[in-house]
Amino acid sequence: MPRLSVWMIRTALLALAAGAALGALLLADPGLAGGLARWRPLHGELLLVGWTVQLAFGVAYWILPRFREGRERGREELAWAAFVLVNLGVLLVGAGQPAAGRSAEAMAAIAFAAHAWPRVKPFR
Amino acid sequence: MPPLTRWLVKAALFWLVATLVLGLAMQLPLAARVPLLRTAWPTYLHLLVVGWLTQLIFGVAFWLFPRYSADRPRGSDRLGWVSFVGLNLGLILRVCGEPRRALGADAGTLLLLSAVAQLLAVLAFVLNTWPRVRER
Repeated sequence: MPRLSVWMIRTALLALAAGAALGALLLADPGLAGGLARWRPLHGELLLVGWTVQLAFGVAYWILPRFREGRERGREELAWAAFVLVNLGVLLVGAGQPAAGRSAEAMAAIAFAAHAWPRVKPFR
Repeated sequence: MPPLTRWLVKAALFWLVATLVLGLAMQLPLAARVPLLRTAWPTYLHLLVVGWLTQLIFGVAFWLFPRYSADRPRGSDRLGWVSFVGLNLGLILRVCGEPRRALGADAGTLLLLSAVAQLLAVLAFVLNTWPRVRER
């Protein structure tokens, strides 16, 4: 498994654990909601983007077809940019900056799509 | 495909069907007159994300991620089963408890147990998967 996939998948696992812990607090005690309600967006963002989207990035970077010539995984810097941007986006949305956060997440998606697009090809 | 993966993937498929049937029921005209359906959105969303998507990921990751070791290729089976039982028990408790809370009844114990079960499931999965995510 390449280094970037290790970073992405392990960060996704951390996002899953943090999002689930926050969700468990929100579910277990609605009386806490007054104090915890402001963390609800972070709960959703950690699980929907930090966990599922990032896990998909990490696995795709690992298993999509590679190139025989040049760099085997193509433009790796785009995938690294996606890693940084997606996590920045999750944190910004969780910190109450949804416009900035969603902008970072959209840029992460564009960067990852640009990386992965040429790798979606027959195994030859 | 290992037995635990089969259980996880089949349970994920069950929750997918159950969730989409619930989603359909929430759209029927009678839903406006049935408080259980009117208040089911959080349950619907969590069943879809946890019961279907996350559980499917658990099953496929347990099966296909790099081996932990030659003699224990998938790490701890016990942690794997904790994640399966905890996730599904937590979801069942949630399905029982969340509508009760929405209707104003006491569901504190059910939802506390649901929260603990789901959190234990996630922590067991993370602990078991973490060492399998590594460079060659």
